[in-house]
Amino acid sequence: MTSATAAHSVVEPTATTRRFAGSLVVLYALITMIPLAWIVLTAFKSPDDAISYPPKVMFKPSLEGFCNLFTTRSRQTPEFIRSLGPPQGLCDSIARDRNMVVAGPSNYVPRFINSLIIAFGSTVLAVALGTLSAYGFSRFRVPLKDDLLFFILSTRMMPPIAVAIPIYLMYRTIGLSDTRLGMILLYTSVNVSLAVWLLKGFIDEIPREYEEAAMIDGYTRFQAFVKVVLPQATTGIAATAIFCLIFAWNEYAFAVLLTSGNAQTAPPFIPIIIGEGGQDWPAVAAGTTLFLVPIVVFTVLLRKHLLRGITFGAVRK
Amino acid sequence: MAQIKVEALDKSFGSFHAVKSASFTVEDGQFLCLLGPSGCGKTTTLRMIAGLELPTAGTIRLDGEDVTMNRASARDIAFVFQLFALYPHMNVRRNIGFPLKCEGIGAAERDRRVVEAARILRISHLLDRSVSGLAGGDRQRVALGRAIVRKPKCFLMDEPLGALDTEMREAMIHELRALHDRLGATTVYVTHDQLEAMAMADRIAVMNNGVVEQVASPRDIYDRPASLFVADFIGSPPMNFLPFRGGLLTGAEAIRLGERDVAIPAAREAMTESELVLGVRPEHVRFSDRGMVRGEIYGTEYLGTTQIVTVTTHYGPLKARSPSSNSFRIGETIGLDFRPDTLSIFDKASGRAIRTALHEGGAHG
Repeated sequence: MTSATAAHSVVEPTATTRRFAGSLVVLYALITMIPLAWIVLTAFKSPDDAISYPPKVMFKPSLEGFCNLFTTRSRQTPEFIRSLGPPQGLCDSIARDRNMVVAGPSNYVPRFINSLIIAFGSTVLAVALGTLSAYGFSRFRVPLKDDLLFFILSTRMMPPIAVAIPIYLMYRTIGLSDTRLGMILLYTSVNVSLAVWLLKGFIDEIPREYEEAAMIDGYTRFQAFVKVVLPQATTGIAATAIFCLIFAWNEYAFAVLLTSGNAQTAPPFIPIIIGEGGQDWPAVAAGTTLFLVPIVVFTVLLRKHLLRGITFGAVRK
Repeated sequence: MAQIKVEALDKSFGSFHAVKSASFTVEDGQFLCLLGPSGCGKTTTLRMIAGLELPTAGTIRLDGEDVTMNRASARDIAFVFQLFALYPHMNVRRNIGFPLKCEGIGAAERDRRVVEAARILRISHLLDRSVSGLAGGDRQRVALGRAIVRKPKCFLMDEPLGALDTEMREAMIHELRALHDRLGATTVYVTHDQLEAMAMADRIAVMNNGVVEQVASPRDIYDRPASLFVADFIGSPPMNFLPFRGGLLTGAEAIRLGERDVAIPAAREAMTESELVLGVRPEHVRFSDRGMVRGEIYGTEYLGTTQIVTVTTHYGPLKARSPSSNSFRIGETIGLDFRPDTLSIFDKASGRAIRTALHEGGAHG
């Protein structure tokens, strides 16, 4: 720290600038955090509190949203409910307070598992294909290289949903509709262009002397790629994986269009959780809250790489 | 260890002809420098010997075996890169041991050889350090360690001292030469620095525009340059060139330069009347009142024990090396003489040196 009497540095920000910048960051963080916080709060409200006006900030927390998210319930007469034994667990007792009994598990868990398989599957595939082709584009004299790279990029120039109808028809014809494989292939094809471009930037920055040294030392090109290039590209691979995963995890439009049962992911499922008399907002909010967890965990795990990746790889050149 | 024989090697990148029919032989245990200005094809030649580039034409033989089209990994050579190419995700020990791992050598034997290589290069204390924290000279030693640990057929080095500062470079020149003497390894060393080449090489191949202009010992390269380019590239300051027109008979011992006869080493070939160039090293210029060439002192550069005197003459500026105890006045008119037995004569059109008695003293004629 510089003392107050010392001449101030011309490159270091002054205390006022620091405070100003700091408050801007805090303000921005608050604005972006409020909707998230609201969703988390709503997940713990009772259905009445969730739709009360003016909105309640202080309320009695309830797990009803989570119970409704994971179960289906049926309305019964009080006499029938009394004829049953004691409630089976917390959710059953919450349901009985509303004259209902738990009829069985909801579809949330299978949909969530679909999301995990499809998002991670397509991310692994897109990053693997992207790394290999980025390496090829970076290191070899590929005929029409610039045109091919532009062509790959051009698949991103329109919203993917613009081709929804042809894809829907194609998928129906070849039997990929409502299959996990179909969704993995679809998200991979959307992400692979992003992966090739991002990773080519990272691999271009790895001097080729490293592989050449390894090849002279007796390794084949593929061994050199695995042992020398990949470890140095981890930063780029991690950053690319996060971008791909976020896209595949959150994708809604294709999921609505192409999946209905077996392969339905969580995004189209969550908003249509219906309770008695309309949307069950606490259940929707609970579903959304849980849906955020894997992506947060993944991002936190790779956070260091992501930061380094963004500052050292994509931006530096 | 092995002999490297390069025959009529050609390399084109599209329309760019990088190496034109390069031929030379590096004998077993010899230290050859490929010397030339940047873009002359020396690195491309080295990369072809290594197998990192495939030649357009020509052959490369390692110990008689034709390896022209072999993969780099199948040639059993070691390569030291200018920027060292140390793997940043491995420590020093793993970097040096990396080539051995590929050969499937067991961990114990591997470690023994890594430690041995580190001892030779005096980097034993650095074995467990990360390579990213090392100073330039130490990185260079690690790169050398990776080369010597495998006991390959030959070493190829691409300006390995180019990234070091001057002081480190001087020290490494001696270390590299000492290492070569100790291991007796056939070495091809690429550099654009004539001092490095002169100090280390047994033989120097001077390249220019993709052509090998001369392959000879450092002394022959300096004293008996085979072409105008070699004469101009080697030596600091370079050779003085005095253009003149004339013919030459076999056995002639003088040429006509302006109004005066200049004694030269006896010619061993005849030249018809044509544009020729007389080459004189600055240290072979003598000051003499009865000198053949007269000129005016233009300036002096003080170099410590000697000084370089620039004299404006009818033939352009001439540089002479003189003990720094001599003093010169700028503007003074002075006569210059040349030591006859050291003069070179070139054919201006082809740049080729004309054969004279000078060439008979050399080990390689």
